[in-house]
Amino acid sequence: MSPESHAGHALAPVRTSLEPTAETAPAAPAADAFEAARLALLRDLQLAFRKRSQLIQPLAFFAMVTLLFPLAVSPELSRLRELAPGVLWVGALLASLLAVEFLFRDDAYDGTLEQYALSGQSLTALMFAKTLAHWLLTGFPLALMAPLAALSLGVSASALPGIVAAVAVGSVTLSLIGSIGAALTLGIKRSGALLSLLTLPLSLPVLIFGARATELAIHGAPAHAPLELLAALAVLGTTLAPLAAAAAVRISLE
Amino acid sequence: MRAFFDMGGYAAFVWPAYAVTLAVMILNIVWARRALARSREEARRRLHMQRETR
Amino acid sequence: MTWTWFHRLASPPYVYALATRLTPWFAWPAALCILAGLWEGLVLAPPDYQQGDGFRIIYVHAPSAWMSLMVYTTMAIAAAVGLIWRIKVAHAVAASCAPIGASFTFAALVTGALWGEPMWGTYWQWDPRLTSELVLLFLYLGYMGLRAGIEDTQRADRASAVLAVVGVVNVPIIHYSVTWWNSLHQAPSVMRLAKPAMPLAMLVPLLLMLLGFTLFFVALLLTRLRGEVLQRERAASWIREVVSA
Repeated sequence: MSPESHAGHALAPVRTSLEPTAETAPAAPAADAFEAARLALLRDLQLAFRKRSQLIQPLAFFAMVTLLFPLAVSPELSRLRELAPGVLWVGALLASLLAVEFLFRDDAYDGTLEQYALSGQSLTALMFAKTLAHWLLTGFPLALMAPLAALSLGVSASALPGIVAAVAVGSVTLSLIGSIGAALTLGIKRSGALLSLLTLPLSLPVLIFGARATELAIHGAPAHAPLELLAALAVLGTTLAPLAAAAAVRISLE
Repeated sequence: MRAFFDMGGYAAFVWPAYAVTLAVMILNIVWARRALARSREEARRRLHMQRETR
Repeated sequence: MTWTWFHRLASPPYVYALATRLTPWFAWPAALCILAGLWEGLVLAPPDYQQGDGFRIIYVHAPSAWMSLMVYTTMAIAAAVGLIWRIKVAHAVAASCAPIGASFTFAALVTGALWGEPMWGTYWQWDPRLTSELVLLFLYLGYMGLRAGIEDTQRADRASAVLAVVGVVNVPIIHYSVTWWNSLHQAPSVMRLAKPAMPLAMLVPLLLMLLGFTLFFVALLLTRLRGEVLQRERAASWIREVVSA
């Protein structure tokens, strides 16, 4: 079932020990890590496009959640507009959570993750690459879908660019935080609930700032402050999360 | 004395709060001691089995 | 000199013996401090001019909230030490902290709600402190859930250590974002739970309770630590003497 990919063959040769030898010692470690990351990213994107149906699932879930609220609350657009920031962001958060379960699953199953860990390449860089691929496949489409959901909740078109920006930046951090949870729960059977328990508290700041940015956008007010905070969180996450995820993966593979 | 228990009319909130905290503290003591006893018993059993299999 | 001390603390038999010896030295002073604090706080301190006798909940709420945060920080530091220097005893300390911290977070939430009802007219208020406490409870539960979900003790130690470190980095961020969020939707009359300037008669019992709870935590930690250390030692000969005692 494990599909071949050119990117996989082009990775640095697998070491059986951690001692660098003449053949496996990297010529320029930094450039090598970047190259490995680039290849891992391409591999993930290629593999994902072979299972397009799996890509749609988080988006369909997001649409479904958005549908639930009018039915549960009221069809009145004015009321829905008030709820819209919350609905959009809770939906995005849950959809992201759903998607992140698949971040490492296939690679852990077919041994690719182990290869990554043993390859001698920077596991942190590989983690970042995988998370970036994950965001490109879920968070970014979610950000493009958010305007549709927002319109269905009575939000005016002028607010849409702000909403796309907020969800796009916020979902980066959500993917990063999710990668840590996914790495920690590797190999735990039926870890869905535990993964949510681990990831959701850590994602609360994104929820808070994202919803605020969306709220400001809907009211036509400048949303710089929360957007900048979202961006700051994304930067912080980019520096720290892949490191934590790499550590967690090594621990899980022991 | 009655005034003390009445807590200026707030008795229904003050005393349950103290009761809950006391309960948590007692629970912690019992829990910790029980955990220690269980670990000791497990260790004893492990040693016993090691001796048996020698 | 200092390094010998540090190395000894990594030795399970030494730590077990030390913990056994030290526990009463924390347990009894803890009881004394708490009793003294209760006497001064419940009986001697005058009623607050705004909250009457209701303010006395602070003597159980504030120490519980303090415990929830202090224990989490201790847990995270112990976890980090265990992760960086691969010291099993440090992981044992972290494991011991979690149930203690979680239960006091629960106590802080309940006492906070009981304080809220007479003061704000509602049992629950989404104010920054209570909301952050609730999030902290979930962080504890996540930590304990992860430990429970991993069978192998060493893997559980190290995975939960990563989680604890990630969590502790997040705690200030979460607290900041919750405070920020709350300030946007500030209700007109919000009773501050901690008064900025407290008369001495009210402050002293509070400090006594804080100290008492802290000592109590150490006593509990030492008790649990002994069991956790035993669990992480398999064939060691020192266990024979300890267990058959």
